[in-house]
Amino acid sequence: MTEPEETASATTPATTARTGLAHRPADNRAVGGTLRLSVTINGQDRSAPAVPPGASLLTALREHFALPGSKNACEQGECGSCTVYLDGEAVCSCLVAAGQAEGRTVRTVEGLAEGGAPDAVQRAFIECGAVQCGFCTPGLVVTVHDLVHQRLIHEDGPPDEAVIREALAGNLCRCTGYEKIIEAVRQAAGELRSARGRVTQ
Amino acid sequence: MSTLSTKHRGAPDPMDFFAPATWAEALETKAARPDAVPISGGTDVMVELNFDLRRPSALMDLGRIRELKEWDVVGGTVHLGAAVPYARIISDLADRLPALAMAARTVGSPQIRNRATVGGNLGTASPAGDAHPALLATGAVVEAESFRGVRHIPIGGFFTGVKHSALASDELIRAVLIPTAAGPQQFSKVGSRNAMVIAVCSFALALDLDRRTVGTGIGSAGPTPLVARAAERFLAGALDWTNLTVSVSAAQRFGELVADAASPIDDVRGTAAYRRHALAVLATRALRWIRTTGTATNRGKEPVPA
Repeated sequence: MTEPEETASATTPATTARTGLAHRPADNRAVGGTLRLSVTINGQDRSAPAVPPGASLLTALREHFALPGSKNACEQGECGSCTVYLDGEAVCSCLVAAGQAEGRTVRTVEGLAEGGAPDAVQRAFIECGAVQCGFCTPGLVVTVHDLVHQRLIHEDGPPDEAVIREALAGNLCRCTGYEKIIEAVRQAAGELRSARGRVTQ
Repeated sequence: MSTLSTKHRGAPDPMDFFAPATWAEALETKAARPDAVPISGGTDVMVELNFDLRRPSALMDLGRIRELKEWDVVGGTVHLGAAVPYARIISDLADRLPALAMAARTVGSPQIRNRATVGGNLGTASPAGDAHPALLATGAVVEAESFRGVRHIPIGGFFTGVKHSALASDELIRAVLIPTAAGPQQFSKVGSRNAMVIAVCSFALALDLDRRTVGTGIGSAGPTPLVARAAERFLAGALDWTNLTVSVSAAQRFGELVADAASPIDDVRGTAAYRRHALAVLATRALRWIRTTGTATNRGKEPVPA
């Protein structure tokens, strides 16, 4: 699963000599193979000892941080199954180099539930039957989470179908035909709005 | 595709990784390591890495350099930092840079627009890059820099071949300088769906009402993004600049001249003949849209009725 530590120690001296960058500080560069990657993931400071810097953040999450919720499908940003929050923005983790995530904050689908209870979006997906094979679900849940919370923050009102379809344009589902997913978005958005209404009252 | 996902599990190819904290440090690194591939949004570079199409000996993350993610207006020109993502262009610059903002809305998906940048589009220099037609139509200038100094490259001379640009191996793109719209602009793109498509062909039009000049840009219909100079000259003469109207025959002629400027090929996304036809349609349509949407620029010009 993870890269053996000795790989890094074996290759580093030779590469350092080749590039002549041995004097450089080690905090923002890796010379010769792997880097120690430190990321705040789902509220916890995590560190992996030997991540290839050009591997994707998705690979780092799944294979070095044991978080397989984000799915690996297209590896080209087309399907959205690997969507995570990076510093609060929804991104395809397959298109972020692991080294680019150093010191950043990542929230994955595993970090949406609070206190072990599914969040409003996760509940809506279950209740609306918006899951069939389930492979696209983690990415969709993160994307929908972003959509409904952005709408709340900007007080944009409930998203209509055009807004929902545009927001989900980067998430492919090959089973459901999207109807139940769109229903789940509406339900989650409605639930969050009424929850917020109760808080303000 | 499934075999590709295992490649990181074995001993990795040595790849150096640089994450300069400042622009000066980035230039120094690029001078010492011209082989270092710049990466920002990663939406092009990571696809090549994930599919093992490219194994660079070094990557340089530009994501920690603050000024690359900022934009400013200096003397009527937008200085767009190379790493401003498309989502910010849509939210911040739709009034000043309407054609580029329209193109930005067609880029990928929300996730891609949160990361992808104009600097990256230029660095890749694909003939299909969504930003390029708008940059050509508006006469943008690429600000490149190396430890040797700053170079301002007019966009018309930037693209030198298929995925090749005028950038030197030690240069990085710092910003793109784009004149604030001085009239109506349009962009349109043909693809198999409204999201996540590489353009089959695309077209941008920018009118400068002060100078009474026309700018065009053609995407995905030649080895590089192209301009349609003959079409620009023709329309500048044929357009009623007061009412922004043209005769039907002149609009058709404009479309033909745009199609003539393209040199498309048959490929997986479409045939050369289809691309030429579609470009003529996009060009005449852009003219119609300009008449119906008017000149809602930030300069407070009144919309022009159809």
